[in-house]
Amino acid sequence: MVAYVMCMALLGLGIYCVLMKRNLIKIIVGLVITEYAINLFFVLISYRKNGLAPIFAADAPVAPETMVDPLPQALVLTAIVIGLATTALIVALAMRLYEKYGTFDIAEIRELKG
Amino acid sequence: MTTASAVIPLIVAVPLAGAFIIALLNQKIPRLPDLLGVLATCVGLLLSLWSIYLVQVQPTSVYSVGNWPPPLGIAMVMDGLSAFMLVTVNAIAFAVALYSVDYMERFTAKWQFHSLFLLMLAGMNNVIITGDLFNLFVFLEIAAVASYALVAFGTERHALEAAFKYAVMGTIGSTFILLAIVLLYANTSTLNMADIGRALAQSPAPHLTLFVSGLFIAGFGLKAAVVPFHAWLPDAHPSAPAPISAMLSGVLIKALGVYALCRVLFNVLGLTSQISSILMFLGALSMVIGVFLAIGQWDLKRLLAYHSISQIGYVLLGIGLGTPLGIVGGLFHLFNHSVFKSLLFLNSGAVEYATGTRDLQKMGGLAARMPVTASTNFVAALSIAGVPPLNGFWSKLIIIVAAIQAERYGYAFWAALASVLTLASFMKVMKYAYWGGLGDAWRDVREVPGFMKASMVVLAVVCVLGGVLLLPGLREVFLGAGVEALHQGTHYAAGVLSEVK
Amino acid sequence: MSKEREQGMSLIVKTITRLTVGLILLYGIYIVTHGHVSPGGGFAGGVIIALAFVHLLLAFGKDTAFKVLSESMMSILESTGALLFLLIALIGFVGGHFFMNVLPKGHPFNLFSAGIILPCNIAICLKVGAGLFAIAVALVLLKLAVEKEEK
Repeated sequence: MVAYVMCMALLGLGIYCVLMKRNLIKIIVGLVITEYAINLFFVLISYRKNGLAPIFAADAPVAPETMVDPLPQALVLTAIVIGLATTALIVALAMRLYEKYGTFDIAEIRELKG
Repeated sequence: MTTASAVIPLIVAVPLAGAFIIALLNQKIPRLPDLLGVLATCVGLLLSLWSIYLVQVQPTSVYSVGNWPPPLGIAMVMDGLSAFMLVTVNAIAFAVALYSVDYMERFTAKWQFHSLFLLMLAGMNNVIITGDLFNLFVFLEIAAVASYALVAFGTERHALEAAFKYAVMGTIGSTFILLAIVLLYANTSTLNMADIGRALAQSPAPHLTLFVSGLFIAGFGLKAAVVPFHAWLPDAHPSAPAPISAMLSGVLIKALGVYALCRVLFNVLGLTSQISSILMFLGALSMVIGVFLAIGQWDLKRLLAYHSISQIGYVLLGIGLGTPLGIVGGLFHLFNHSVFKSLLFLNSGAVEYATGTRDLQKMGGLAARMPVTASTNFVAALSIAGVPPLNGFWSKLIIIVAAIQAERYGYAFWAALASVLTLASFMKVMKYAYWGGLGDAWRDVREVPGFMKASMVVLAVVCVLGGVLLLPGLREVFLGAGVEALHQGTHYAAGVLSEVK
Repeated sequence: MSKEREQGMSLIVKTITRLTVGLILLYGIYIVTHGHVSPGGGFAGGVIIALAFVHLLLAFGKDTAFKVLSESMMSILESTGALLFLLIALIGFVGGHFFMNVLPKGHPFNLFSAGIILPCNIAICLKVGAGLFAIAVALVLLKLAVEKEEK
């Protein structure tokens, strides 16, 4: 239970970081924290104490009740890959923004309004 | 599985293959990006028209990827709503690909544009066709990441800023969607949408369903730019190159936002009266706020972007009513908005191509020099404002009648009011940009090249003839199956699962 | 200073790198090819392979790294990986279903088992390895461009 609460606290921290910070890099860090909080949550719900690898083999009979659920791990890996792609793109955008504006402060990067 | 439905995965595979072949061979064959871009979208259009036929033969067909039967493997589900959305998305994509052949000449890395464009199309097609919730999320992200990159394509200051904002907001939205999927998986131990529906019907979890619905509304609402979550759209859509603005406003917000939201809320979680009233309220709010913000804009593309928010409101209001007539109106308006909004963005791109400005105050009298652009823009403007007999009139009329039938007189009034304000705002566009005396600066402005003209004219013809789709005979084929798919609600699960066995 | 930095780091780093890069690359290939019998797979192995090249890039500078794997080669490898993956799917499509297994399943825990997972892993590894290295190179080049402008 504590682990779930900590996980949600991490999620809250990430969203706080995205909303409140003015530095582009800190916003990106906040995004990454948010993504990872969800990934952690996903892994947590599939965690089983003393669980075994979910392999059905003829010579090693294992009861399904003691196996861990393999699906969330695969899904989290996919989610991490997606997160990587998004983060790489956003970092590249932040670097191009720095090149154009000479600052990472979002208060000074605001040509668009209205 | 019948042999007819064997082509279903090709609708994703063809654009995907096109995107990577362009990336591989662009240096060897110079005209390849244009050719493949148009060819792949054309094949996509043909396949989606085929899917309309497929739905007539068999209302729900399920394709199991890798021959793993669902719910174990990933399933692709083709029903009336999917076929309807596929036609909408691929028709607009074809027109836009045709348009970009000439328009994108000014940009240096044309192959990157076509590659990203096809990647985005593949993402949208798979979001529409998939029957698996996590698969939906993955391809939603593929389409979204491609669209972030496309918004920043011009790499000017404002484009980068808009893309950054869009990417951050979009990622937060995706996070909400992923959290909702995780919660559903934790509760039902399955990711297949039909199977989730079945599991929730067997052991209802009302609190979880409500919370997950809220997360989905926030997540997909961010992608659809519904009003409390709309802040990124007026920056991102105008900053992109015009074909991409047309694609984003025309179909992306609908495929990733409205379609996914409706599919999940109606067919998986089940529409309750609470959710229905939230949808209608958000719809009405977007409708009114969007149009009020639009009317004061002087930047042509920004004005159009605010109207996208407003029109998405109509779609949500119609679908949120939950009555068959309301859903007909909502879906029909979704199709119509795709057509006229992409046409309007392509027109604004044509104006920018010819004059180099987007500021309405600097334009004037362009109708004399650019007759095709001006007349197609006039058709689209009347259509979006809901002037009979153009297509926008019919869909708005159906939505308002459906609201009155459901005794939601307030919403009907706001819908009518927003329509009048839309008309006012587009008369402003016509007056300042196209009519009146020709500005001195624009004496030698020339009409845009052939491919751009062709795609604008095609879309304008669809605008004029769109109302035909409501005639009996055509209506059942195109709209009826989609409405049926949404209105059946959670019977979706039974339909899909019986198809598997 | 900047000239020196472009040529890479100090002699110690370069010597160690020469020794380790091959091992890292080999380990990456091991992870990719054993993805179906032990933890790992195309993505994890691809990341390790990309890191071998990033290691080279950091230690010797971008000129040496490009000699080993040029930018156009990266682009070609990346697209080839994606197309290979799609091709595997399409072979299954011709046989009946998209992504259907067409290879013999073999005996569990053998290297050549698990049907199309191994070729899929190799395709993913090409895509991820080349793609990740391309991302690293793009960001480094962007940074160099920014620094040049500031001077």
